[in-house]
Amino acid sequence: MSASPKTRADTPPDGHAGTRVVGTPQLRKEGVDKVLGRAKYIDDLEREGMWHGATVRSTIPRGRILTIHFDPRIDWDEFVIVTAADIPGKNHIHMIAADQPCLAADQVNHCDEAIVLLAHPDKRLLPEAVAAVRIDYEPLPAVLSIEQSETQEEVIWGPHTDEANIFKQFHLEKGDVNAAWATAAHIVEGEYRTGAQEHLYIENNGVIAEYSDDTGITVWGSLQCPFYVHKSLMAVFELPAEKVRVIQVETGGAFGGKEDYPSVIASHAGLLAKKAGRPIKIVYDRMEDLAATTKRHPSRTRHRTAVDKDGKLLAMEIEVATDGGAYTTLSSTVLSRATLHSTGPYVCPNIRITSRAWATNTVPSGAFRGFGAPQSIFAIERHMEQIARAVGIDSAEVRRRNFLHDGDTTATEQVMVEPVILDALLERALKESNYAAKREQFARENPHSAIKRGIGIAAFFHGSGFTGSGERYLNSLAGIHVPQGDKVRVLVSSTEFGQGTNTILTQIAAESLGLSYDDVEIVQPDTSVVPNSGPTVASRTSMVVGKLIERAGHQLIKRLQETVDLAESYTAQEFFAACDRYRDDRGTVESMCRYEAPPNIFWDDQKYRGEAYPAFAWAVYVAEVAVDTISYSAEVTNFHTVQEVGRVLNPVLAAGQIEGGVAQGIGYALYEKVQLKNGHMFNNQMTNYIMPTAQDVPPIHVSFEEIPFSHGAYGAKGIGELPHDGPAPAILNAIQDATSENFTTIPLLPEDIFVRMMARAQTPEIVSV
Amino acid sequence: MSACSLHIRFTINGQQADVQAPPMKRLLDVLRDDLGLTGTKEGCGEGECGSCSVRMNGELINSCLVPVLQVDGALIETVEGLAIDAELHPLQKAFLECGGAQCGICTPGMLMAATHLLARNPQPSMDEIREGLAGNLCRCTGFVKIFESVVAASAMKGFDLNAR
Repeated sequence: MSASPKTRADTPPDGHAGTRVVGTPQLRKEGVDKVLGRAKYIDDLEREGMWHGATVRSTIPRGRILTIHFDPRIDWDEFVIVTAADIPGKNHIHMIAADQPCLAADQVNHCDEAIVLLAHPDKRLLPEAVAAVRIDYEPLPAVLSIEQSETQEEVIWGPHTDEANIFKQFHLEKGDVNAAWATAAHIVEGEYRTGAQEHLYIENNGVIAEYSDDTGITVWGSLQCPFYVHKSLMAVFELPAEKVRVIQVETGGAFGGKEDYPSVIASHAGLLAKKAGRPIKIVYDRMEDLAATTKRHPSRTRHRTAVDKDGKLLAMEIEVATDGGAYTTLSSTVLSRATLHSTGPYVCPNIRITSRAWATNTVPSGAFRGFGAPQSIFAIERHMEQIARAVGIDSAEVRRRNFLHDGDTTATEQVMVEPVILDALLERALKESNYAAKREQFARENPHSAIKRGIGIAAFFHGSGFTGSGERYLNSLAGIHVPQGDKVRVLVSSTEFGQGTNTILTQIAAESLGLSYDDVEIVQPDTSVVPNSGPTVASRTSMVVGKLIERAGHQLIKRLQETVDLAESYTAQEFFAACDRYRDDRGTVESMCRYEAPPNIFWDDQKYRGEAYPAFAWAVYVAEVAVDTISYSAEVTNFHTVQEVGRVLNPVLAAGQIEGGVAQGIGYALYEKVQLKNGHMFNNQMTNYIMPTAQDVPPIHVSFEEIPFSHGAYGAKGIGELPHDGPAPAILNAIQDATSENFTTIPLLPEDIFVRMMARAQTPEIVSV
Repeated sequence: MSACSLHIRFTINGQQADVQAPPMKRLLDVLRDDLGLTGTKEGCGEGECGSCSVRMNGELINSCLVPVLQVDGALIETVEGLAIDAELHPLQKAFLECGGAQCGICTPGMLMAATHLLARNPQPSMDEIREGLAGNLCRCTGFVKIFESVVAASAMKGFDLNAR
């Protein structure tokens, strides 16, 4: 307990002024364990009598399973073998739909789909055993691209109607798009594509499962969403909630890649544990993780835009298509976010958006930082660049003329009631990046250099929290518990995987209770201990869960003051003494709060209209690039970011989120290419799936404007996903500035630049290589 | 397995280690499974990510690429050897304070690479830091705060890495 001076818990509603703990660079809560190498990740843990599990996977993208052969050269008596026939409950992984089998039974719908599970005490013997299981198939025609799926000639998912192969579609109309074309000074069209992207958390997916008839199933794992896994396990094992327990252990990166997939691997380990009667660990190696787990949705976005002679948007017609892979997973909600971010942060009176998520026979696409927004923001921000060129005005100016402002409405008729300061963000970004002078300098120097330099802008927004009615459905619960002793415990299912959950929620609790940072601890997420505060996704933890903790703190202080005479001002000792009195008189000292939607937030799921998000984070990013016309490599040489994310709760952690997101965005733009052969990722190694290294990341400058959002914790909005949205379009805009080439697809690799420049140099025999 | 295993002795963080292991067992596995030193992590198993970085006879190596037979008689340093008693090594302190660790899975390897860099070059330039850490991948930080951590550690007064 700290010997704190007398403090008083601050009082809302304007609690963001004059905070003591919030807004300060408190050290990462679990940081000491991490720098000492003492933090225990899943592969660092053992259970008594534990065996290891492995997975036999499909080698074709689509086909009927005929027979499973076990090579007699292996002594199979030493192994535990699980197939779909061993599943006690439902053979599906329940996310949004129940279409993904836990283990393929009769048919496979993508490469690397799990069919058979093996367990053995010696994990070194497993690879050979996996290779000794041969599966005979009757192959079926596979659909491997959005375009192939769109033909609907082969129906791989859904009914044989015009909805074949479509996981989800949205159609959104605002104003009268058809009438606008005739009035346009320019009509600008473009098609933009983004590739799959691997999360490449440095720790692969892994779990340990234990099963007993008495207590049910317990899973420890590297995961983001304990209650998602909990729900899946209940269905697979047909167990009641109290017989399923999921515990998150230290998690070595996630980025969305441990949102849905842990439900799969946890079910697998659980099935082996049940049959083996002993704990089972499954930790994927890198090749398996890359080949078999989710990726970012590939996308194709088409824009047709009417603008007036000054570059003002008159009408936008947008068509978004995503590749969802073989099963629904989260494709419908990813598509929703892609749809809602597809207009960019611009105002336009007439908008038509059609979006579809298509099924293909590839590994299911899943959640990845940004969740559809990076795809559609890439498209609109590249497209705005083409509009600027068509109209003949500067890239910054075309954006300025079309920015959303207070009182404007979005495509869903959401009125901007919170302040929108895009003009100020743009101004600051241009100034800090020295944009105008750089642009002029590069234009002057490029003709005399083999290195072409350029500068590019992206302006964008990211909706904080679940889309539409999502937070209402989640109905999150979180709180604070004070056990005997001198520590407060924060009770949430929100997980730490590097982004800073533990630290910021501790700061918020300490602030609202008038205590110091060290007086507060965060409880390990364990579904048998913590309430369901919702998944740790969607940039919702600071804003939504943080607000619940802030409210829980205030509620507890008020209760202690009303019931056990806690004074208006108090020391930490007096606080804990008051908790002791309360506990003696009335029992558990606990304060729980349930989500309450901000007022005036309405969303119509049927009409897809209303307040899509309670708040938006806003940003303007500026990239500088150098394109080497001899090696054809493009390099980001400098990167400026200016953003408004509400109140910054911890400046060091917040900057770390931006820098990490920008680096991941640079990889998305220039390096990271998932290469499929017949639906199987064949560059499934770190050797040939290339992410940015310490030598590839430029100086990244981070600036925040802070406009507190009254319905987020101490004014916070979302931050985690925002920085992945802007880098790719800013970089390709800069490359266009450098080379005059309009590249429309990412990742943009040196060979792509080579092909384009060779074509420009009119040497077709090389182009055909 | 015992028929094809060797008795191997080496020094680990200043202490003698005796292990009985198959000669081609990876040093990484010996550290984690035989010696319980789980601070050293596996990220890729092919020497690309650097999460398993340790020092061997003063050189920075990927312990996933070194068979334990090569370690006989060697001096091995891992993340567990950085802190002395409860006192954090200056680099650990700097990583903690500057935000150089996020998810923490690359941190032990990154700390060993940074230790190795500062041991050879106590005042590295930014380019030298980038080069020194180029074999260690971090997916969380974008490296910026890791660079800042190394700069901060190198600026700590009275800090002599070689003396530790």
